[in-house]
Amino acid sequence: MTAQDLDALYQEIILDHYKNPHGKGLREHADHTAEVHHVNPTCGDEVTLRVHLADGVVDDVSYDALGCSISQASASVLHDLVVGKSVDEAMAIHQEFLTLMQGKGTVEPDEDVLEDGIAFAGVAKFPARVKCALLSWMAWKDATAQVVTGVGAGDGDK
Amino acid sequence: MTLEGLLPELAVIRKDFPILERTLAGGLPLVYLDSANTSQKPQVVIDTMVDHLERHNANIARAMHQLGAESTEAFEAARDKVAAFIGAPERDEVIFTKNASEALNLVANTLAWAGPRQVGAGDEVVITEMEHHSNIVPWQLLTQRTGATLRWFGLTDDGRLDLSNIDELINERTKVVSLTWVSNMLGTINPVAEITRRAHAVGAIVVVDASQAAPQLPIDLAAMPVEERPDLVAFTGHKVVGPTGIGVLWGSREVLDALPPFLGGGEMIETVRMEGSTYAGIPHKFEAGTPPIVEAIGLGAAVEYLGHIGLDAIHAHEKAITAYALEGLQSIKGLTVLGPLDAALRGGAISFELDGVHPHDIAQVLDSRGVAVRAGHHCAKPAHARFGVQASTRMSSYLYTEPREIDALVEALEYTRSYFKLD
Repeated sequence: MTAQDLDALYQEIILDHYKNPHGKGLREHADHTAEVHHVNPTCGDEVTLRVHLADGVVDDVSYDALGCSISQASASVLHDLVVGKSVDEAMAIHQEFLTLMQGKGTVEPDEDVLEDGIAFAGVAKFPARVKCALLSWMAWKDATAQVVTGVGAGDGDK
Repeated sequence: MTLEGLLPELAVIRKDFPILERTLAGGLPLVYLDSANTSQKPQVVIDTMVDHLERHNANIARAMHQLGAESTEAFEAARDKVAAFIGAPERDEVIFTKNASEALNLVANTLAWAGPRQVGAGDEVVITEMEHHSNIVPWQLLTQRTGATLRWFGLTDDGRLDLSNIDELINERTKVVSLTWVSNMLGTINPVAEITRRAHAVGAIVVVDASQAAPQLPIDLAAMPVEERPDLVAFTGHKVVGPTGIGVLWGSREVLDALPPFLGGGEMIETVRMEGSTYAGIPHKFEAGTPPIVEAIGLGAAVEYLGHIGLDAIHAHEKAITAYALEGLQSIKGLTVLGPLDAALRGGAISFELDGVHPHDIAQVLDSRGVAVRAGHHCAKPAHARFGVQASTRMSSYLYTEPREIDALVEALEYTRSYFKLD
């Protein structure tokens, strides 16, 4: 990996989100909420993430995460992208991000959909780091599915 | 630059390892500081394995033809070389396994089964907080399955075993004490002889994970007083400049004879009848099925190579490089070394934290400068938890490491600090 590759990986947007994460911290909600705990077993990165849905809309995503700049920034971008969206829209964004991350650097990201998330296009070229970027996104999908199906609502811990 | 204790033939030794010649993306030279993860391989190991595959390949111990005889001879000669490497009292006490994990699992599994050494409810197994997961999980499984209790040596703040409660921890209920000789995370060298003496005094057996010790400490089991000699010692081939896929379990004949067989199959039997079977003696009793033949032969070449250089000389080299690295690392602002700061008390793996940058990000930036290190929990999560860190960055040297590579690491860490705009 060269210095240019490094800059492609660590876009300024990613470092900004890392230093000033959006939506960080766990927040309480009375109902329609689920909490999950996901880990990346290969490196030990961890996220505890809560989703609160209200009338089919993602009302809040709150999280407490330990990990590298990529995983922290990705949780921050996730928060920005899905809060306020309907569950269906948010799931579509999730799919778009997943496709980008699994594209090995060949997928051209759609800025209209992914906004700051396009900064992660460079991460997709680093197989070892893709899991870092996806950690909170997978946790979000898991928690959201738990609220929607009513399984483990309130205390879903994985 | 020269440091006292460096291998005098370092330049020649480096030529033995072809991978050290290669360059990385951007034409950067490789600075390989991940030898505690896996060591690089000298040409003689590569050539020995290729030669065996090209000229002598056959299954062992069953083929009645010339190739079979050659292959068997080479495989058993590798056992002799491994026995010499660790000073095994008897060559038949050397069991080939897939890796150190399999060796440790062999012991922890067979101790659960009926036999004179069987572990059961009310018994205690003692391990330490600085173990690699491969010397934790097998004992958790054993104690969960048998109703025995798993107990732990704690750690001191400077990363050594806390022996203050040894009399309470090792008691008449203790059946097994298992510990690492050298920590893969903290680098600490543990007092194996002293702990073994205490364990033997209460009739417990001692299992030692020597995965990090075998590469860098001279080991002479036969020279150890029997009361201080562990009963079982495990290590892996790929960290002693051998190939992957081959590990070693040495055990005293007395203990190995008392353990029931592990895997059943070909080679491990004496005779098989429909109503029951009888088993071969050691080592074959624990070597069911066709073993990793060429890997064992490669390991034989590897330990012979290390033996020619001399483990005393390799240990001195590691100490010199480690001292130099400890000094360089501690010159970096915001960097904290985990584990002992005295090179005489530790092995050549140094884990550290750098304020403000996550280990993955450090490793990534170092990689962009050609410096290969490991980042993460190094399969030692309890040890990380003990020091309140989730992950760390680890540099690890070996007999081919040069001082200028430590300089490159320090320079790349300074670059990392500037890349993440620290200060």
